[in-house]
Amino acid sequence: MSLIISAIGQGLLWSVIGIGLYLTFRILDFPDMTVEGTFPMGAATAVTAIAHGVNPVLATILAFLVGCVAGLVTGLLYTKAKIPVLLAGILVMTASYSIDLRIMGKPNQSLLGLPTLLSGKFLQSLPPYFDGVFVGFVVITVVTLILIYFLQTDLGQAFIATGDNENMAESLGINTDNMKIMGVSVSNGLIALGGALVAQNNGYSDVNMGIGIIVVALASIIIGEVIFGDLTMNQRLVAVIVGSILYRLVLLLVLQLGFNANDLNLISSILLAIFMGLPAFESRFHLKHVLKRGLKND
Amino acid sequence: MTKTIFQLKDVVKTVNEDTPEELNILDHVDLDIHEGDFITILGSNGAGKSTLFNTIGGNLRPTSGQVIYKDKDITNMSVVKRTSFLSRVFQDPKLGTAPRMTVAENLLLAEKRGGHHHLVPRKLKGEMKRFKNITAKMNNNLDHRLNTATGSLSGGQRQALSFLMATIKKPGILLLDEHTAALDPKTSQNLMDITDETIKEQNLTCLMITHHLEDALKYGNRLLVLHQGKISYDISGEDKKKLTKEELLTFFNDIQ
Ligand SMILES: Nc1ncnc2c1ncn2[C@@H]1O[C@H](COP(=O)(O)OP(=O)(O)O)[C@@H](O)[C@H]1O
Ligand SMILES: [Mg+2]
Repeated sequence: MSLIISAIGQGLLWSVIGIGLYLTFRILDFPDMTVEGTFPMGAATAVTAIAHGVNPVLATILAFLVGCVAGLVTGLLYTKAKIPVLLAGILVMTASYSIDLRIMGKPNQSLLGLPTLLSGKFLQSLPPYFDGVFVGFVVITVVTLILIYFLQTDLGQAFIATGDNENMAESLGINTDNMKIMGVSVSNGLIALGGALVAQNNGYSDVNMGIGIIVVALASIIIGEVIFGDLTMNQRLVAVIVGSILYRLVLLLVLQLGFNANDLNLISSILLAIFMGLPAFESRFHLKHVLKRGLKND
Repeated sequence: MTKTIFQLKDVVKTVNEDTPEELNILDHVDLDIHEGDFITILGSNGAGKSTLFNTIGGNLRPTSGQVIYKDKDITNMSVVKRTSFLSRVFQDPKLGTAPRMTVAENLLLAEKRGGHHHLVPRKLKGEMKRFKNITAKMNNNLDHRLNTATGSLSGGQRQALSFLMATIKKPGILLLDEHTAALDPKTSQNLMDITDETIKEQNLTCLMITHHLEDALKYGNRLLVLHQGKISYDISGEDKKKLTKEELLTFFNDIQ
């Protein structure tokens, strides 16, 4: 049972990353590789700040801002320097590895004995693993509500239109470059925020913790989509959160089957390939229908 | 004489410069557009019609010459800036609307064409009744699909919506690039009728590219023929009214 609670907590914490990637991957409709760099960068920033005595809340906000800056660089490389977005992301991702080492001064940093977002008196009074659930729930609720508000503003609508039909957006006077820069920036801010949360939950930060992040984040998006199908924009955000939790539960199941933690990247990739391939198979085998029923009736 | 609202002054657009394939796809074009002009534009494939629109719209910079709007030189003004007075409907219905956004959301965005997009609530609910009235005029059930994603509309409905979006906020200049060409004859006629009505009602200044000689003759107060990057025929007023299809065909055969 406590394993399930832990998985739900992780799913909630990781859903911040899924939502962040959703802004670029689904709304702006391009793949942003920066996330593999901003995730550990957020972790390194928050953990180092905490180790230097900064309040964990401030340290987490700082991680968000650092992520925004990294995303801003990708956005500028892509829109102003006209570097293909995939490469722009890889450039920033690669550079951030060095930056993370500069920030931490070493490849990893423990939070042992240090205060974190999860170490408050109230949180420690909860049953085991409920601290992660609580913090994850509060953060993702705030993030989702802010995003829902944003997407219903004039600016948010211009942002959606940019990803939906750039040609039209421009012919309506929307500065699409600015929309992309804003989107990539906020997206990476959220992913760094996720990195800061995960690091505090795990109790350490490591420069290599970014490997495979894009697959994990995509998995939560795609699982949500495959299960729920057609949704409104607001519902889609919630679907990403549910997808993130389900993904953690599936991983838990896989570990129970006897695989070990080192296999997780392989398994994550296979899972994602299966889910992304589903739409291609579904028309042939009516899989979606079966899947939907299978998940609703249990 | 009504006043001149838009001018092209000796506009040249050269492609493949300094190569053997060098070509002026706009070749010293002079054009004065008067307020309230409804100009139909004919020309064979490759005549330079789209190039002309892209120059007016700002997607292409002329190699030389000037583009003037209301006595202001806008030759180097960006596409985005020009949208404050210019709107366009393209031939492909997919180009004019955002597929995952609803009909109402598209209209709301279009109404803010050329304005700033701030971090303030969009206020869609209060506009729904008005949008319903506007879309009802299109005679194609669009008014019952305000909350539908435009991606699932028919081509005719999407194109009607594109036209509405281009005119919902009155443009100083409206560019229609074969906007009915992708539609079946009946849908196409319906949109053409609405186009003509709207232009008259709002006294819009409009340039319309078409492949149909009949439409070019029937609509508008002025007709241009483009050929090899030049305006080879420019007729307006009573002369245009008297022009027959036969005369126009003869002219076409002569220049080919
Ligand atoms: N970027 C370009 N480079 C070279 N040639 C071009 C370019 N754009 C257009 N052209 C040529 O210019 C001519 C006019 O094109 P266009 O304006 O699209 O014609 P229309 O819309 O009247 O069919 C054509 O011969 C086309 O091949
Ligand atoms: Mg053309």
